[in-house]
Amino acid sequence: MEIVYVYTKKRLEFGRQCNFSDRPAELHVDLAPDDKLVHDFIEKDPCDSGIQCAQEMSEHEVNTERFESESRGVNHVEGGWPKDVNPQEVEQTIRYRKKVEKDEMYVNTILQLGSVMEHCIRQNNAIDIYEEYFDDTTQESAEEPSSAKTINVFRDPNEIKRTATHLSWYPDGAKKLAVAYSNLEFQRSSPDTSLDSYIWDIENPNKPEMTLKPVSPLVCLEYNPKDSHILMGGCYNGQIAYWDTRKGSQPVELSLVEHSHRDPVYKVIWLQSKTGTECFTASTDGQVLWWDTRKLGEPTEKLILDPTKKMNIDNALGAISLEYEPTMPTKFMVGTEQGSVVNCNRKAKTPADKIVALYTGHHGPIYALQRNPFFPKNFLTVGDWTARIWSEDIRESSIMWTKYHTSYLTDGCWSPVRPAVFFTTKMDGTLDVWDYLFKQKDPTLSLQVCDEALHSVRVQDNGRWLACGSHSGTTTLLELSDGLCVMPRNEKVLVTAMFERETKREKILESRHREMRLKERSKSEQGGGGDDHAEREGEGDEPEEDLVARAEKEFYEAIEAEKKDRAAKEAKRNEALKKENELQGEVIMEEDGEEKVNGHPEKDGGTPDNSAE
Amino acid sequence: MSEVEEMLKRIQGHKGVIGIIVVNSEGIPIRTTLDNSTTVQYAGLIHNLSNKARSVVRDIDPQNDLTFLRIRSKKHEIMVAPDKEYILICIQNPSDN
Repeated sequence: MEIVYVYTKKRLEFGRQCNFSDRPAELHVDLAPDDKLVHDFIEKDPCDSGIQCAQEMSEHEVNTERFESESRGVNHVEGGWPKDVNPQEVEQTIRYRKKVEKDEMYVNTILQLGSVMEHCIRQNNAIDIYEEYFDDTTQESAEEPSSAKTINVFRDPNEIKRTATHLSWYPDGAKKLAVAYSNLEFQRSSPDTSLDSYIWDIENPNKPEMTLKPVSPLVCLEYNPKDSHILMGGCYNGQIAYWDTRKGSQPVELSLVEHSHRDPVYKVIWLQSKTGTECFTASTDGQVLWWDTRKLGEPTEKLILDPTKKMNIDNALGAISLEYEPTMPTKFMVGTEQGSVVNCNRKAKTPADKIVALYTGHHGPIYALQRNPFFPKNFLTVGDWTARIWSEDIRESSIMWTKYHTSYLTDGCWSPVRPAVFFTTKMDGTLDVWDYLFKQKDPTLSLQVCDEALHSVRVQDNGRWLACGSHSGTTTLLELSDGLCVMPRNEKVLVTAMFERETKREKILESRHREMRLKERSKSEQGGGGDDHAEREGEGDEPEEDLVARAEKEFYEAIEAEKKDRAAKEAKRNEALKKENELQGEVIMEEDGEEKVNGHPEKDGGTPDNSAE
Repeated sequence: MSEVEEMLKRIQGHKGVIGIIVVNSEGIPIRTTLDNSTTVQYAGLIHNLSNKARSVVRDIDPQNDLTFLRIRSKKHEIMVAPDKEYILICIQNPSDN
């Protein structure tokens, strides 16, 4: 079968037929060049255009705006009950439950589910698939290098930044950190500077958990170890204030200006007492004051740090750091601006006797002072460019010290879990971790925490978390690696030995010095009669000038030697360069030489033969 | 004693079992061997989780269904046996072995 379908289209539907023909070109429009338009354009010569076939790339950096987050809570109530049952009514809910329990479907379901559940419970009891086989094998001290990582950074939320002058960890677990902010530069803080200090939740760096509003910026701030709601703060103007976090941002009570310190309060420490309300403070005005929070109107006790023991405040040493060990409740120590440590006994009979001993050795203020938590006889001081470890028995000199650093040290503290480890912060923004058993010359770990000066450091009681405050109010929270917060087995013994050895060494040196001094004195006494005194005075003057001259001479000699040394090195290097240039020629020369050398043995070998013949 | 009570008693008698809760489809605890506040918390949270787990299984394969849910934690294991109308929750401390 053939299917045919015919499409038809008439000729007239195609349109008119095309009729092409030749004709000459004709001009439609002629645009003459316009000279005026030239001024609107700039000629580009040379003209750049890319001809690379590879795609061009560029790198950009964008600092995104900070995302502020906040945690909030919602209180849920029990729901899901049928409309006619009030979940608050015990009877109704019991009745409803009873009704459900009688339901046949409930019984069937539970019986079925119960057998499944029983199977799983039996499985669990049959074998513990998560059993740890090597639980009791203690990890051998890992050889991995010690390290620290930043966990969080808390910035001063105010426009005008202030220094984070003091840090205090929340006493019940490491949940919060109280930071005191104030500008310590004399008369540099502008009137717009905020007075507030903050308590931070360590997990939320966006917003402080609580604001403390003092009357004058806080220089120090300390949690009460017995009551974690209470904080004691020392103000820049010398007043003492305490806060109860349950009672809001305003201080509960302030000390009276006339009975307070006259300088900024640099340190406050809570005392070990039954009531847990006593504390004491130190300031650069040379006073140490004792307080009881139950009556802050007046200090309960007062000590003027006059080394001449006359209780004259004009002679007093400015206190800048304090140390108090709860196991020795009557003793305390004060670090002064003048670079000495004053060992005191609170329970002495007369005020003058309270000052027991003076330790001098630093060239500047002692910013940190702390007894070793394991060996309270030994204490750490941080000042000028060094950190020093002292023994209570040796007053002349510290028993161990770090090298002089290139930048000032600002704070330091012992590790609470390892007797040989301590931390120091420096003006250049680095945190040094020292493990004195491992290395004494250099820090075990040196970490650039920020670009500006660090001002304060504090370790949490677990020894793992460490906070450092910087000059512009940035508090950095760091976590130390295991090696730095787990005590090796025999560390205590080794540290005891080290401290004892160094103390012994210093004792020997001290007695030798004393001997030499005695000898000298006896010698001069032997040599001179009545003129001796005058002579010695004359000598005393002359040597001083001599000493200066000699020091100067030595200094210039040393510089001269250094210059010569450098010049010699330069010359050597130039020579080496020259040699290198001549190397090409030398190679050829050497080859010639070798031929000659090769020639010799033949001759040498020949002569003995000849002689034998 | 009813069959259900016998069954629950038997489960409770197994080693390491801390508690058993029966929750209905609304999340209301029907039967429990724990104290009220713990029960309410478990009931509300596990009910949500088991619903979510079921929808996950079903979204992946519509013909599949959730039969059992085990949550292993540091302190104990929460075992959940879901059904259309009721959920049986059992908390066991497997390290008691």
